[in-house]
Formats: sequence, structure tokens, C-alpha cells
Amino acid sequence: MDQLFKKRNQELKEFSSWLKRHKPKQKKEVPDNIFKQCDACHESIPYFSFVENNYVCPKCGHHMKISARQRIRSLVDEGTWREYFEKDCSVNIENFPGYDEKLKKAKMSTGMNEAVICGIGKMNQQRVVLCVMDSHFMMGSMGKVVGEKICKGVELATRKKLPLIISCTSGGARMQEGIDSLMQMAKISAALKRFSNQGGFYITLLTHPTTGGVSASFAMLGDIIISEPQALIGFAGKRVIQDTIKQELPEGFQTAEFLLDKGFIDMIVERQNLKTVLSELLRLHGGKL
Amino acid sequence: MSLIDNERKIKELQATRALLDAGNEYDQLSKEIDELMKETYDHLTPWDRVCLARHPNRPKAIDFIDGLFEHFYELHGDRCYGDDHAIIGGVGYFHDMPVTVIAQAKGKTLQENLDRHFGMCNPEGYRKALRLARQAEKFHRPIITFVDTAGAYPGIEAEERGQAQAIADCLYTFSDIKTPVICVVLSEGGSGGALALSVADRICMLENAVYSVLSPEGFASILWKDDSRVQEAADVMKLTSYDLYDKGIVDYLIKEPTGGMQNDLKLVLHDLDRYLYETLQTLKATKEKDMLDNRYGKFRKMGSMSR
Repeated sequence: MDQLFKKRNQELKEFSSWLKRHKPKQKKEVPDNIFKQCDACHESIPYFSFVENNYVCPKCGHHMKISARQRIRSLVDEGTWREYFEKDCSVNIENFPGYDEKLKKAKMSTGMNEAVICGIGKMNQQRVVLCVMDSHFMMGSMGKVVGEKICKGVELATRKKLPLIISCTSGGARMQEGIDSLMQMAKISAALKRFSNQGGFYITLLTHPTTGGVSASFAMLGDIIISEPQALIGFAGKRVIQDTIKQELPEGFQTAEFLLDKGFIDMIVERQNLKTVLSELLRLHGGKL
Repeated sequence: MSLIDNERKIKELQATRALLDAGNEYDQLSKEIDELMKETYDHLTPWDRVCLARHPNRPKAIDFIDGLFEHFYELHGDRCYGDDHAIIGGVGYFHDMPVTVIAQAKGKTLQENLDRHFGMCNPEGYRKALRLARQAEKFHRPIITFVDTAGAYPGIEAEERGQAQAIADCLYTFSDIKTPVICVVLSEGGSGGALALSVADRICMLENAVYSVLSPEGFASILWKDDSRVQEAADVMKLTSYDLYDKGIVDYLIKEPTGGMQNDLKLVLHDLDRYLYETLQTLKATKEKDMLDNRYGKFRKMGSMSR
């Protein structure tokens, strides 16, 4: 009898432990347009509160990547935006294998012609030339056309004697275009030098991620350099550095906070405050030249 | 067969030939050597040129400084942090004309290479270049830069001290420096690290040098996640001197003797000397504003759609 009870107890225990076993949490199938998961804390947040919050997680404050159009919407006064050079678009002149498909895919998925949008808009009533890069278009890589558009943007600001803001996000030079994409760094830097010689005021806004050729040219040439929190900013890629020095990289390496500490950027501004800070700075520098 | 294998074979044959007396066998061997040389060097693939550019015996910046300038004094330090040995900077005479020389320097021995980071510069190297460039501007000395680097040094300290900012500052400042600048691409030019010293009125390049957005290894690993496809990468990257000359990025090509300039450095030096002299005369005769406008125009038209 005792034996039987024991056996029964044992079975019951097993059953209850089976009941309490760690079930793999089933991912809730939520349509994208209702909930969105934060990249950092993986919390599901109603989409509308994301939008209201400028795509900053209300729970953990993580700044999600946003598209160039969203960025422009969040910075520029309604109804004042006028886009320039919108027709410029890349072609695979060198016949690089696979580049055509990549371009087509990027154009289809983003609805943009290139990884940057340039134009003139008002920021709290102050006119400014604004170039906004978009990392969804081939990692925001800089090819001939991106370089040309930004360069024309700089020249536009020089010609119209307007201040200039470039919002950077890029993986670097566009490999598929080879040496030409490298030369864009020199081209834009030279244009910025002329703009600066004329007394132009230039703010760079660094967003996640700004690396490679873009960081080693116009991203670091602003009269004032502002970054969003936690943005990755650096020249060499982490993997390359690791492979070269065979060491683990310290935590927080190449983040905006790291650069602020090392003295390479002026301030870190959260996205909600960006428009105010930028327009205040524009006002401080006299709005117009 | 690869270039390096062929080269070894040629050396072996030459060694055998040296032991022989004149005669049939000698002639036979000579013919064989000539044929092999022709086969090796007549149709160099882009990858062969990469190999030649990285050839261990290829002369380095220091050989050019010794060969071209008189009374060269090396100047050290960026006045901010330290002295980067990957860049040799200094002043000297070129045909009785004082010039500033800024050269990316690879070493000749392993020890020297470790000291010079294999020609990969740290931020202080670029800041040293900037300091010397501003000094040259003040004293109206032309600047001659030599590019020979696989890229800027990727390290923790380099990032901490602002590699990106240092390179950006070079591009920015050199675009508007009020003195003639001539850039010579010696062997290997990679990424922003090489571009930082390439913003010049004229860029000339040695025939077997390569210049690209990054090394073929890096290119293959980033684009195809497979760094064994380097040869293929070199083929599509258009990195040889002829490609760049066609694109109009490079203004002048300096021919090299068969097998690379290590075989006859004097010839290369002579050609380079003449080119530098003539170009400096032209640039010195140009008005400052025109010179700067031309320099801006040179880079402005790169990748522009009106071309």
C-alpha cells in the first residue's frame, strides 16, 4: 500500500512539474501596424505611442532608426519643406555585378531615389538647407550620387547664404562604386571649406550609425556637432579593429557618449528636443548669414 | 601560375644561368627566361599589380626622399599627442627650391614595420601632416606628399584620439591650402587613410601602384563575406593606375621597368623628378586663386553627373 501511495505521489509530482515546465513563450503574432517591438528592451509598444514619441521607446528611451522623411517631418515646420535634386538617382555605370538588383531593391523598399534627401525648409521659422541621409537605403552608403547631392546641398547653402544642417547616418563609402565613392569625401569636404570661408554656419547631426568615409569627412566638420544618444560613431568597423589588435573592445566603445567624453562632439541631444536645440542654435548664429 | 611563383622561377633560372659558360645551353636558358618574363609581365592582372605594389623589395618612401631631395631634415610630432612614425615629414631642397615633404612610410624590415605600423597612420600622423602643411603655407613652400598605406590604423587608441576627425581635417584643410600640392601614389593607397594625403593639385601614380576604396581583402570580406575571393575583388575594383588614369583621377602615370621599380629605381626617380619639376614650375606660375579654383574643380567634377 505504502509503495502504491509513494508511486502515485511520484507520478503526481512529475505531472505537476510537467504542468509547470518552462513553456517557450509563444511570440505574439502582432501586425506591425498595431504594435512595434523596441530593438533594445524588446518591449511591445503600441505603434501610435512610438509615432507620438518620434520613434523613441517610451520604456527605455532607445532611439530607433528613422527614415529620412520621418526625420524631416520631425524637424521641419509643416508646409515649409521644398525638396531639391530629387530626381538624381544612381546608375550602375561600371556594371558592377549585382549592383543593379541592390539598387532596385533599395528603391522599392524605401520609395527613395537615393540614400539622401536635400532641401530647404523652416525650422521654427528659420530657413535652413537640410540634407538627411537614410540608412535604410543600402546602409546609407555614399556613392557618387549621394556625394553629388550633398555637395550640391552645400553649394546651395553657399549660394543662398543659408545655414546648413546635415543629418548623417551611413555605413561609409559605397563599395560597388569603388574609387569614385571615396573621392566624394574629398569633394564634400572641399565644398564645406568654401562654405565655411564664406562664413556659413554648419551643424552636423550624427545618428545611429555614422561610420567609415562619412564619419571621416563631413560628419566631423560641423561648426557644431550634435549626436543622438547611443549612436554608433566611428571610423573603423568594430570587427576590423578586433581582427587587427586581437583584443576585446571596451563597453560603450564608439558610442556618442564615448565621443563626447573624448572631446569629439559638442553635445548629445534626445530626439524630442532636437528641433528646439537646432533652431535655438540657428537663432544664436543669426539665422541668415 | 601566380606572379610570385613565376618570379621565383625566373630567379632560379637566372641563378642556374649564372653558373654556366657562354654556349648553347646558356642561350637556351636565356631564351626560356625571356619567355617566362614576357609571359609574367606582359599581361599583368589587377591582382598581379596588387602583388607588385606589395612586393617586399619595392622601394619605400624613404628611398624616394633620399633620391629626390637634398638637405632633408625630418620634423617630428603633431604638438598635441605624439609622433607617428608611419608618416615621415620634413623640409628639404628640390632643385634648389625649399619644399615640404609628407610621406606615408612603410618599413623595410619587420622591426621597422612594427615601428611604422606598416604605414598605417594614427591620428597624430595626420595631425603632423596638417601642422607641416600649415607651416609650408606660411613659408610659401610647395608640398609633395607620398601615399603608401593600406589604410588608416584601426585601433582602440586611434578611435579614442579621433581618427575620423583627423582625416576629415586633412581633406578640409588640404582642399584650400594656399601653396602648390603634388601627390605621388607610390605603391598602395587604401581608403580614407590614403585620401587624406591625396587632396592635391596634381596626383601622379606609379604604374604598378594600386589605389582603392579599401583593400581587396576587405572588399571581398565586406561585400561577399568571403575573403578568399581577393583576386576576383581586385578584378572588379578598378584599382590599377591605368583605370584611375582613365577615370581622370590620376593626372600622370610614371612608367616602371619590367618587373617593378625595384629593378631600376633610378629610371623611376628620373621620370618622377622631371615630372615634379615641370609641374611645380607650372603651378608656381599659376595665380593663387586660379590654382585653388582648379583644385576645387578637379575634385568637384569627380562623380558629378554632368561628366
